[in-house]
Amino acid sequence: MDLAYTPKQQAFRAEVRAWLADNLPRKPLASYDTREGFEQHREWESRLFDARLSMVMWPAELGGRGCDLTEWLIFEEEYYGAGAPMRVNQNGQLLLGPTLMEFGTEAQKQRFLPRMAASADMWAQGWSEPNAGSDMAAITSKAIRDGDHYVLNGQKTWSTRAIFADWLFGLFRSDPASSRHHGLSFLLVPLNTPGVTIRPIKALNGKDAFAEVFFDDVRVPVDNRIGAEGQGWNVAMATAGFERGLLLRSPARFQYTARKLVELYRANRASADRDPSIGEAVTQAWMDAEAYALSAYHTVGRLARGARIGAESSTNKIFWSELDLRMHETAMRILGARGELLEASEGEANGWLEGFLFAQAGPIYAGTNEIQRNIIAERMLGLPK
Amino acid sequence: MDFTFTDDQLAFREAVSRFLMTEAAPEMLRDVWETDAGRSPELRNKIAEQGLTALSVPEACGGLGMDDVAWSLMTQELGYYAIPDSLADTAYIAAGLLSALPEGSAGRDDALAQIADGSIRVAVGHPVNPLVADAHLANYLLLAHGDEVHLVPRQLVDVIATPSIDASRRLSQVVWEPSSATRVAAGEKGRALWAQTLDRGALAVAGQALGLAQRMLDLSVDYVAQRKQFGKPIGSFQAVKHHLADVATKVEFAKPVLYRAAHALASGARDASVHVSHAKLVCGEAAWLAARHGIQVHGAMGYTWEVDLQMFMKRAWALDASWGDRAFHKSRVAGFVLADGAPLGPGNTFEE
Repeated sequence: MDLAYTPKQQAFRAEVRAWLADNLPRKPLASYDTREGFEQHREWESRLFDARLSMVMWPAELGGRGCDLTEWLIFEEEYYGAGAPMRVNQNGQLLLGPTLMEFGTEAQKQRFLPRMAASADMWAQGWSEPNAGSDMAAITSKAIRDGDHYVLNGQKTWSTRAIFADWLFGLFRSDPASSRHHGLSFLLVPLNTPGVTIRPIKALNGKDAFAEVFFDDVRVPVDNRIGAEGQGWNVAMATAGFERGLLLRSPARFQYTARKLVELYRANRASADRDPSIGEAVTQAWMDAEAYALSAYHTVGRLARGARIGAESSTNKIFWSELDLRMHETAMRILGARGELLEASEGEANGWLEGFLFAQAGPIYAGTNEIQRNIIAERMLGLPK
Repeated sequence: MDFTFTDDQLAFREAVSRFLMTEAAPEMLRDVWETDAGRSPELRNKIAEQGLTALSVPEACGGLGMDDVAWSLMTQELGYYAIPDSLADTAYIAAGLLSALPEGSAGRDDALAQIADGSIRVAVGHPVNPLVADAHLANYLLLAHGDEVHLVPRQLVDVIATPSIDASRRLSQVVWEPSSATRVAAGEKGRALWAQTLDRGALAVAGQALGLAQRMLDLSVDYVAQRKQFGKPIGSFQAVKHHLADVATKVEFAKPVLYRAAHALASGARDASVHVSHAKLVCGEAAWLAARHGIQVHGAMGYTWEVDLQMFMKRAWALDASWGDRAFHKSRVAGFVLADGAPLGPGNTFEE
């Protein structure tokens, strides 16, 4: 156990910190759930890419720096510690990216990954269907082979920011006689293909945060398939594993929120202390965010020693989503009657309220926490189905 | 940056686990409960033969010089097997305090050598604990008089037994008169020693609580996998699964907090006390949740004397307030987090 950073790690931290100090947008970007904000985030991401800071873990030939996981944690600490914008293309970069690295052909990697890292292509996901939510193997959207194309018919839903995105990745039933997790293929679909219709779904924050996507005889080249035909389930499970795991929700985000919560408490101490449980909840938030960070460093160290992450990654999803919810609930309690107001001050959005609303989704998306608890019980503890 | 254990450390833990699995089985624990002293000389001899009494003692005094990081694995095993012995008090906490005395202090080297070879027990009477564990069997007691540290032979104190719900905890009130003959440290040095000893005691309890949590989880998993109702194992029902998944999650996120605290203590980090309190809290909460959900999924069997779960629950309940109750540790963490200029947020997890 050696908890000192190496000189190389320290130098990397210093470089990231200096670059962010010089380049951070002076004004907060608009919400990426709006067209205007989405494009502002795209522009920010392309600047990150130009500095090779968009996907630091990716190899240099794909626009990254070949960083290891510890350096990635350092990057995230600097990025979120500086209050930098949320990453708009995470579904592509962190869900599809690793899948392409593992299952994609060389040509597919070259074609998709650098543009994804630069957010020249923005990606939406196409997992859920109206009758395939937690039970994802109930997918019915079809992809029927026709020469060197698939012909897609069906419907996807809850596709995050799909009305703004360029591409969609998802699972389609390529063997019409199959059922459950057999006979599915993993396909990449340009959203401007004829036959694609995207209808926004207004989220409870009033923004078009996700969408339904309809496929009506949509022709997609066979080259856009990841992995073998009919093997889509295995490919997607790898993606879902990454999603539940570390990458999508690095500890720095929650440590940043915990720090802001402490600052909020300290600025409102006289009022907050009328309820002694608030100070306790603020302290607990710091402890939990620390625990999440420590767990990440421990896991990263174990991975470096050759361990594999299994079902214990499901504990991550539960831990961060419930932590995020508790932190925002605590903030709303501190804000009291000001919590409901859309603006914290003239022209400045109420970030705690926005975060509070988004935190409601945490225990639901990326596999509900009930599903995660089933996975922990069955695969980590070995309980019967 | 490497926040993991070496293969040697993990192999050591594995060896300790194998040893205790055979030598500290639940039946043996029940037998020892029934004895007057509550301790098994045979078990203690075997522990000494394994060299486990010598772990913390400096090499110059015949020990192995292992640090708090190694002990964070060891104490989990002591908790997992709920051993009916206060090994950590003598071999870790007392040995740590004695080692920190200036070399040449009266009695220091002799006591450390005897701890290492397993011939003595040393009880620790820290002011944070109202009672002293295993004072009745101790050859020496480390006792506080204000800031002073006294190394007191057993015959100079009176011991009044005070039974605990955990029959393996043998607590006593200790009546004694301080004298210059037994004083080994005072003033600033004494204060620092007691502060460090409190952290070490709290860390020892944290590790044991985490081991207890894991044991109660394992017992519960075994039970719900074999107990059938409605024609199937109750472990196939989601309500039962989710109880145990919550325990597993608590345990999973308590581990690295314990390890960071151990490293902070071993390296003399500035905020070590805060990290220790954090560890004490999360490990204690994991143990209490494992007990609460453990007894729930055991149903009425969990409330019986017959089923082993009770032994581990009682240890978890009893240890929770020792070496500082939750209020003590929460206020230490809050004092840090809510203070002016606290180094919080991303990038501050490890001290530079």
